[in-house]
Amino acid sequence: MAEVQIPVKSESSVFSFGKAEKRLITDPLSDNNPITVQVLGVCSALAVTTLVSKALVMGIAVIFVTAFSNLFTSMLREYIPKSVRMIVQLVIIAFLVTVVELILKAVNYPIWKELSVFIGLIITNCILMGRLEAFAMGNKPWRSFLDGIGNGLGYGIILVMVAVFRELFGKGSLMDFKIIGPTSEYVLNTMEISWLSWYAPNNLAILSPAAMFIIAIIIWVQRSRNPKLVDIS
Amino acid sequence: MFSTSYIIKFTLVMTVIVALVLSLLVSGLKEVHTENESVYNKKGILSAVSAQLGKDINAMDNKEVQELFSTSIDQKVINLKGEIISPEDLKAKTGTSEAVDIDWGKQIKKPENERLLPVFTYKSKDNKEYNILYVRGKGLWDEIWGYIAFENDWNTIAGQAFDHKGETPGLGAEIKDNKAWYGQFTGRKIYSSDGTFKSVSVVKGGVKIPDHQVDAISGATITAKGVDEMMKRGLKYYESYIQKNKKS
Repeated sequence: MAEVQIPVKSESSVFSFGKAEKRLITDPLSDNNPITVQVLGVCSALAVTTLVSKALVMGIAVIFVTAFSNLFTSMLREYIPKSVRMIVQLVIIAFLVTVVELILKAVNYPIWKELSVFIGLIITNCILMGRLEAFAMGNKPWRSFLDGIGNGLGYGIILVMVAVFRELFGKGSLMDFKIIGPTSEYVLNTMEISWLSWYAPNNLAILSPAAMFIIAIIIWVQRSRNPKLVDIS
Repeated sequence: MFSTSYIIKFTLVMTVIVALVLSLLVSGLKEVHTENESVYNKKGILSAVSAQLGKDINAMDNKEVQELFSTSIDQKVINLKGEIISPEDLKAKTGTSEAVDIDWGKQIKKPENERLLPVFTYKSKDNKEYNILYVRGKGLWDEIWGYIAFENDWNTIAGQAFDHKGETPGLGAEIKDNKAWYGQFTGRKIYSSDGTFKSVSVVKGGVKIPDHQVDAISGATITAKGVDEMMKRGLKYYESYIQKNKKS
């Protein structure tokens, strides 16, 4: 997918936040979403979207890593020898992922325990390498940082959207708050809305294929509504 | 563009800086990490007797858990012959004198003559004793384990808490999340009336022997089988210790 061209302006200050900077954040949310448009990082979107709480933590972790790896790479971009640039980028990503993992383990141990493997696997998330290569190696630090935040957000939003569907239909709950289901533990049942009590959680929504269907539907809806994304070829 | 010596210097400096920062972070957070892990294990053990405690363990913060655990739980470590390991011996063997801080996942993999097992005893306010035994096995994706609390007779299950490393939420993870499922174990017996070891089996399609069976989870056949296996094998390891204590 072609990169969206960012108009170059003469910058008055290093941390200016004009239209171009705003687009760096908003573009990855829709027109240039890393999952649905660039189709990067789909692998982890299948794995960690069974629960909204997991998807949220994962999204925050990825935002942190994309933002700071973009920042550091951009700061070093003139000093990184081209022949070892991939390794240097990987060291930066691995460093940040380890930091995230150590902090999460200290702040919320149960969530760390549930996510453990997948936090480590952020290293292999294609969005990171993709943004470092395509953006941070050729742009100034502040803009790269914003681009990182934007792409992390774009990833996180899709993750949470998929997780909402999967948790609601698969477990009948959202953020572990029970909503629809067959027993009286579920809120919509106790409020005497009996027409919803027939619903039994659908196991298919919990399994990985469901994430595939939901992402595909999101892509479909997005492309049919957005003329910019129509593939001419 | 860049000379070879520059490339080598660049990578060296970078690696050293990254390694330095990470090692500082690891040693700085080590205390918090060990405390978190300890609290997590203690919560698991306390959850097995949560009905007797009358408290929601998961709503408690670290400090409350530590306090409750140290005041109400008595820890012992035994070997497969049922002999209690003295605190000095334990310290020499595992480096810690507290049973809760030992990595039991590793212990289970040791040969049987070296393997150790924990016994946690909870004394309730009305002076009843509940013994909590530890079992560990394999689920669908990774390891599963559980704490099983027994009444004074070492036969009737008084409470239980299962946990897992990576079972599927909504399916295998129900062993931890679904109270209606794990609650089935409470009141079940592991010995038949003539005293032979029966354990509690997880069966499909309805319970036929109410004392020794619980219903499986639909959609999580392998995890349920894992629990079944774990209950059979894990509790069997305690056999000699249970026999010793039953007589006295």
